[in-house]
Amino acid sequence: MLINLKIPMTFSAPALSTRKIIIVCLAWMVVIVLVEAYALVTTFNFSWLMSLADAVNMNLLIAMAGYITFTSLRYYQPNYKNALYLLAWSITLAILATIAHRYMMRWNLFPQEGEYEYFLYASRFIRGILIWFMISLIGVISWVWFFFQEQRAGEKRELDTMKLAREAELASLRQQLQPHFLFNSLNSISALAGSRPEEARKMIQQLSDFLRGTIKKDDQQLVTLQDELKHLQLYLDIEKVRFGHRLNTEIEKPEEALYLMMPSLLLQPLVENAIKFGLYDTIGEITIRIMAFKQDNQLVIRIENPFDPQTAQPRQGTGFGLNSVQRRLYLLYARNDLMTTQQIDTVFATEVKIPQPV
Amino acid sequence: MIKVVLIDDEPLARSIVTEYLQDFPEITIAQECNDGFEGIKAIGQHKPDLIFLDIQMPKINGFEMLELIEQPPSVIFTTAFDEYAIKAFESRAIDYLLKPFSKERFEKAVQKWLEHRNRADHKTNTQTLLTEEIRQPEERNRIVVREGSNIRIVPVHEIQYIEAYDDYVKIFTQKEMFLKKKTMSFYESSLDASQFVRVHRSYIINLQQLTKIEPLEKETYLALLKSGVKVPLSKSGYSKLKGVLGL
Repeated sequence: MLINLKIPMTFSAPALSTRKIIIVCLAWMVVIVLVEAYALVTTFNFSWLMSLADAVNMNLLIAMAGYITFTSLRYYQPNYKNALYLLAWSITLAILATIAHRYMMRWNLFPQEGEYEYFLYASRFIRGILIWFMISLIGVISWVWFFFQEQRAGEKRELDTMKLAREAELASLRQQLQPHFLFNSLNSISALAGSRPEEARKMIQQLSDFLRGTIKKDDQQLVTLQDELKHLQLYLDIEKVRFGHRLNTEIEKPEEALYLMMPSLLLQPLVENAIKFGLYDTIGEITIRIMAFKQDNQLVIRIENPFDPQTAQPRQGTGFGLNSVQRRLYLLYARNDLMTTQQIDTVFATEVKIPQPV
Repeated sequence: MIKVVLIDDEPLARSIVTEYLQDFPEITIAQECNDGFEGIKAIGQHKPDLIFLDIQMPKINGFEMLELIEQPPSVIFTTAFDEYAIKAFESRAIDYLLKPFSKERFEKAVQKWLEHRNRADHKTNTQTLLTEEIRQPEERNRIVVREGSNIRIVPVHEIQYIEAYDDYVKIFTQKEMFLKKKTMSFYESSLDASQFVRVHRSYIINLQQLTKIEPLEKETYLALLKSGVKVPLSKSGYSKLKGVLGL
């Protein structure tokens, strides 16, 4: 069987585009520059030109240091252990920026302003702390940003993997039609073709209808119990041609249960298991009982087959059929308690409960 | 006159063999059987020259049935089996018919058997086939033994240990002992290796039954089983046991 798996590329697009981020940062910088310049003008009576130059220069330095922090965090996510490095790193950057600022302002731009020179000197600590604070803030914001992005990408990856696995699994669970069943049925047809061609033709029809039913159905699809039983009947008819001399079936399907919903193709593997178990574990005639009823807004289906407690014991394992049904119910309803098995004397019973959509 | 017995749990599957055999007037069908038990009886009674045998059948499968017959007749398997089992047949020159099979294929198989049936090696093929490892999943869980005229199915978890005994092995459960014409290496490879360990040239023990390992002398040990039986461990058996137990 070929499953056509499309593997989605999972590069999660950031919630904000890079351009928007740059615009926001620039706007933020302009506001801070203006506030700082205004503060210098009103507090120290410096000229607007000087105040603006001071604010622009300092914030450009901060932006540079912040950018360095941001890019280094992109590739290097600090954990708690080396948070100290980050601290040392930001302090170093802050000191460097403070010194650079002072020298650029004093020697290059405004060399002859005694009052400003004094201000530069006197404010070096508070300025350093301010720069450090800004750099740390940028660092923390980038860290959180990268952390969430990484987490989101991880979550998406996990979700995609789970979805893929689920689809593949459902597909393979559906593909559980036993080749054994198919080849033995074809052999029966071959036998009938010689002596009773009419019956052979009928059985080909039944087998075709059954196969068509298994192929076209979608796993996620819910069908009514009535539809599911119709499909099951095709299977039972074929098995009866093969084992008619030994196999009896009884189906109880009260009116109120007929239109309850269930996952398609769930019943057949259970019945197949019961038939196999019954036919191969005992000698002589067997009766498979299928009972459906409604209970607490659930569709309950119970399947019983005879077995020999003496020899069946080693086979206690539920067998592939039952496991796959259990798994399917789990994938569909996220519950593990929907299928139960029971052994009473010489009867083995499997019960599935299908929650009904509210 | 050549006598054959058909053993298959599906009547239609037997009917096709019956139909195809009509073109062989020298062959008569002595009996048709629904399962291995009937098969054993029919083979004892009719002593057929050839049997057509299905593999998947109620209670005991085709291989298990053959194991219980002292001198199995020639066999042509008729099966819907998949390849893995078929490979073993091919190497043994025992024929098999994959269901559904054509008349031509069937006739070829019978012709081949008719031509070769008097060769000595043909007789031994069935025997050797049974020593090969053609295992059905259920055969890992049970061993079929004959007890007088009764057939017993022993779940492997009831086995305490297996002891070599000439051409046979003795299989010990809590209460009983069964003889079976098989080799130790057969069980060593066919039983679940995490449960059954060959601790000695002549012994395989069930780990579920092991309670204690006791030193006997320098570098020799005994395994004490739940029932109180003591089984000697060889040097390599001891280290193998330690390995499986994770010591």
